[in-house]
Order: sequence, then C-alpha cells, then structure tokens
Amino acid sequence: MSLTLEQVRRVAHLARIEISNAEAENTLGHLNGIFTLIEDMQAVDTRGVEPMAHAQDLAQRLREDRVTETDQRAAFQSVSPETEGGLYLVPQVIE
Amino acid sequence: MITHGLKALAQALAGKRISSVELTQLYLDRIDRLNPVINAFITVDAGKSLAQARAADALLAAGKGGLLTGIPLAQKDIFCAKGWRTTCGSKMLGNFISPYDATVIAKFDAAGAVNLGKTNMDEFAMGSSNETSFFGPVKNPWDITRVPGGSSGGSAAAVAALLAPAATGTDTGGSIRQPAALCNLTGLKPTYGVVSRYGMIAFASSLDQAGPMARSAEDCALLLNTMAGFDERDSTSLDRPTEDYSAQLNATAGDKPLAGLKIGLPKEFFGADERTGCSPDVMQLVEAALAEYRKLGAETVEISLPNMKRSVAAYYVIAPAEASSNLSRFDGVRYGYRAAEYSDLNDMYSKSRAQGFGAEVKRRILIGAYVLSHGYYDAYYLQAQRIRRLIANDFVAAFKACDVIMGPTSPSTAFKLGEKAADPVQMYLSDIYTIAVNLAGLPGMSIPCGMASGLPAGLQLIGDYFGEAKLLNVAHRYQQVTGWHLQHADGLA
Repeated sequence: MSLTLEQVRRVAHLARIEISNAEAENTLGHLNGIFTLIEDMQAVDTRGVEPMAHAQDLAQRLREDRVTETDQRAAFQSVSPETEGGLYLVPQVIE
Repeated sequence: MITHGLKALAQALAGKRISSVELTQLYLDRIDRLNPVINAFITVDAGKSLAQARAADALLAAGKGGLLTGIPLAQKDIFCAKGWRTTCGSKMLGNFISPYDATVIAKFDAAGAVNLGKTNMDEFAMGSSNETSFFGPVKNPWDITRVPGGSSGGSAAAVAALLAPAATGTDTGGSIRQPAALCNLTGLKPTYGVVSRYGMIAFASSLDQAGPMARSAEDCALLLNTMAGFDERDSTSLDRPTEDYSAQLNATAGDKPLAGLKIGLPKEFFGADERTGCSPDVMQLVEAALAEYRKLGAETVEISLPNMKRSVAAYYVIAPAEASSNLSRFDGVRYGYRAAEYSDLNDMYSKSRAQGFGAEVKRRILIGAYVLSHGYYDAYYLQAQRIRRLIANDFVAAFKACDVIMGPTSPSTAFKLGEKAADPVQMYLSDIYTIAVNLAGLPGMSIPCGMASGLPAGLQLIGDYFGEAKLLNVAHRYQQVTGWHLQHADGLA
C-alpha cells in the first residue's frame, strides 16, 4: 500500500503537528518506505491468535483509596511556560 | 584508577586510598577535556556532583557506606533527576528542570552513588545511532568518525571513553545492547517489569526497560542490585522477592564451569537470509565466542524462532503507536517547549510540537497516529499484537530446549556517522537481533566478544523470564577466561 499526501496531512492534523507542504512530501516518501517494511506482517496468518498487548499479562493493581501525594503544585508549575495564580495559561478558548 | 571496575573502586574508597570527591573530580576533569570531542554528556553540573561526593565521603568516614557509596555514575538523560535539567535529547525538554526524581535515580541516591551528569541520547530514545539528539551526535570513542549506537549512545560512549565507570541505559528495541556492542561494553536489559519506569520518560511503555551499562557482568550485577525492585509508582512493576544478582556470578566453577548449560542457536540468526544477514567479520567473532563457551563445558543446540523475521515490522507498529499516545503529553501547556507565536490553542499545540520535536520523533508519532486511526487499527495494530504473541510463543518453545540463547547483538560493528541517517528503514534494520527480546519482554545482554578492524563486536545473550542472574553468571564465566571486555578505547588518552 501507499499513503497519499492528503493522508499525511490528515494524520499530522490528528497528531497536532504543523507540517509544511515540503515537509509533507518528504515525510510521505519516508513513511511509504517504512510501511513497505511494516506490510511484511500481512504475510502471517494470525487467525485465532490472541493479541499480546503487554510483556507480562498482568491485571492493573488497585491501591487503597487514600491520599498519598503531597501538594507540590508550585514545584510542578515552576516548569510551565505560563501560569498565573496557580493556573496554567493558554489562549482563550471560550468567548 | 579510571580503568577499575566498580568493586575495585569501592575497595579503594573503603580503604581510603581515594575519596569520592577526588574520584568524582578525576572523572569531571576527563569529561571537561574529552566531552567536547565525544559529546557523551548533555548536562554536567560539577557543583551538584561534588556535593553528593562530599556527602558520600561523610558516610564512608562514618563507616555507613555501601558498595556504591561514593561511586560516580553517568545517568541517561531519560531519567528525571530533581534539580537537574532532563532533556530526553529533545528541544521539547531543552529547559526542563525536573521537579522530581525517577525511582532509578532515587535508588542510586539512596545507595550514596554520585550522579556524574546526564548522558546524550537519541531524541526520546528513538534511534540506533544517537544522531537524532537535538544536542548533536555522540562520537564512538573507538573511532570518532563512527556512531556509538543508540539510543543509549551517550552512556555507552561515556563509559567507553573512561568518562564514567558505569552508566544507566534504557532499552525499548535494543537501546542498551546495541550501543554496548558498538562501544565494547557489557549491557543488560532486564525482564520487563524488573526495574521501575517511574520518572523514566516514556517512549513505548510496554517495551521500555532500564538497565546497567558497564565494563563487566560483575559490575552490571552490582548496579542491577540497586536498580531492580518493586515500585508501587509504576503500574507494571513486578512484585517479586528481592534477588542478589551478584550471588550467582560464581555459582559455577571448575574446569568446565558451564557443563550442562544448553545454548540455543536460532537458525534464523545463523542462516543466510539476507534480511537478517550479519556481516561475516561479526559472525566470525560470535562463532569464536561460542567455541569458547564449548570449552567452558556448554553445549550448543539448534533452535528456531520462526516469527523472529517479523519482529521489526511488528515493532514499528507497536512502538510508534505507544509513542504517539505517550508523546501527546507534550502540548506546550504544563511543561516543555511552547512556540513563541500562535493564533489559538490548536495552533499553539501544532506549532509547539512542530518546532519542539525532531524529524524522527515526528515520523514515529505520525506512524503511530496512522496505525491507530479509524479503519487501520485491525490491519496494523491488532495484527502487530498477534505477531507479538507468536514471537513470544517462539521463545517459550525455544526455552524448553535450551537455557540461554546466543547470537550477534548487531549485524555490524559501528557504522559511519551519517551512513544510515537518511534512510530510516536501514536504521531500523540495525536492531534486527534485539527487537524480538523487547516484544517478548525477556532479559537480554550484550558482552564484548572481539574486534573487527579495530572495532568492537557484541555477543547477545537472551535469557528466559527472570533469568538475569543466570545470564550474568554465563557472561561472567566467559569474562573470566577472555579479556575482550577489559579492552578500552585508548586513542583519546
């Protein structure tokens, strides 16, 4: 199979990565090479094989419902691009 | 002193032949002198390192030191370390000062080890040559026109250039073993779940595993003793009894210390299939190592991993799928890079991510977003997961006939900088021997097994689940009768 330029733009939009026309063209070539490699998988008959999501077939652990973390808001917000009064600032979304 | 193993360094510290401050300074001076050539470290902070060294010296003076107290270690820049810049090799985290410690860092701190600095790596651990780092490529100390391997290339080069006695790495598809092979180190990727992933910046969560990179199996065992263990902060950490990985190193002795050991040789590694084709000089060194193992009493048996050849394809669906999800956290809001100019929230996300991520990271995010998107999920993602199961089943069957599997770590010795950078597929195929181990979640090692035209080659050892102590024993026995692991790149002085 072969991707189209439109599909590359669409996926870039889904992934929220701005992509120029030149970049999309270049990426298309690389992705098609990679998907040729990936297509190799389709030769395998996997009917009846249980998909393996994880190296250890574990159930998620549950923990006691109690407070385990201390308040570190100031420390964690100190690495943010923009905060004010303990809030993260982003461009206005709702008028 | 700089060529000492960890045990010898610990003895020197305990015997007051050197202080931790002196030892740390010795390495800091070498880093100062040689890092401009090798580029193994992204961040060095002598003040922080020496403060830890002074604290270690106080512990040692009070007789409260452990085996790692006062020993300087290089930390891959994928581990969050409180107060240290932690970049993961990316512009996205170029100014990120971590507000907390990864569990691995906290454990080394508690053991009194000194953080010598943060090592260079492929951006978000995506690469096999260390050329995708935003902070520039790392040079292989054995030949500075060549790559050190990746993604833990900075850690490998730091230890190989004697800028650190040992380092940490992480391995999602071969990122500890392949650079260890290319830089003449001993590296161990433990069974998935043995070392906590808390605070280790996620690439592909079901594959990522941290491990030691050092000059011997003995040193790796010592480091793994500190790194391993259950951590409730990592939901996939395994709650199992504590092991002493050093205890089994000398479990076998005598003329034929490995008598009874069955080494499985996958015909898919040793066959002539072009895709998995190994360069003849590397294969010759692997064969010589196997001959050495037979002398130690081991027996070799042919095994088959028929689905192994699909591992690269399955991996390049599963790893990018998990990466596209994991890396969606980098949105320019809570931490990391934010574009200077944007029109609205979506534009801020798109521009921040476009400017903050490098080309390889973007490619993998796009692959992941595509294979997870509506209409393609079954054909790609589920098919890859089914193949993953078949690969894991192959190993389960193989370990009924053998105790450890061996083969090359990498199909070639270190390649030239730039040689594969333009062709992602060629780069991906350099991990052909290592990827299946991550998909199955098994432990794997690379140990030095000789030199081809002055460049090191690695022998890969694959163990059954939780077979780390066995692997370390098998590696240690080889290192007791050979000297490849003791060779170091001395061209740099």
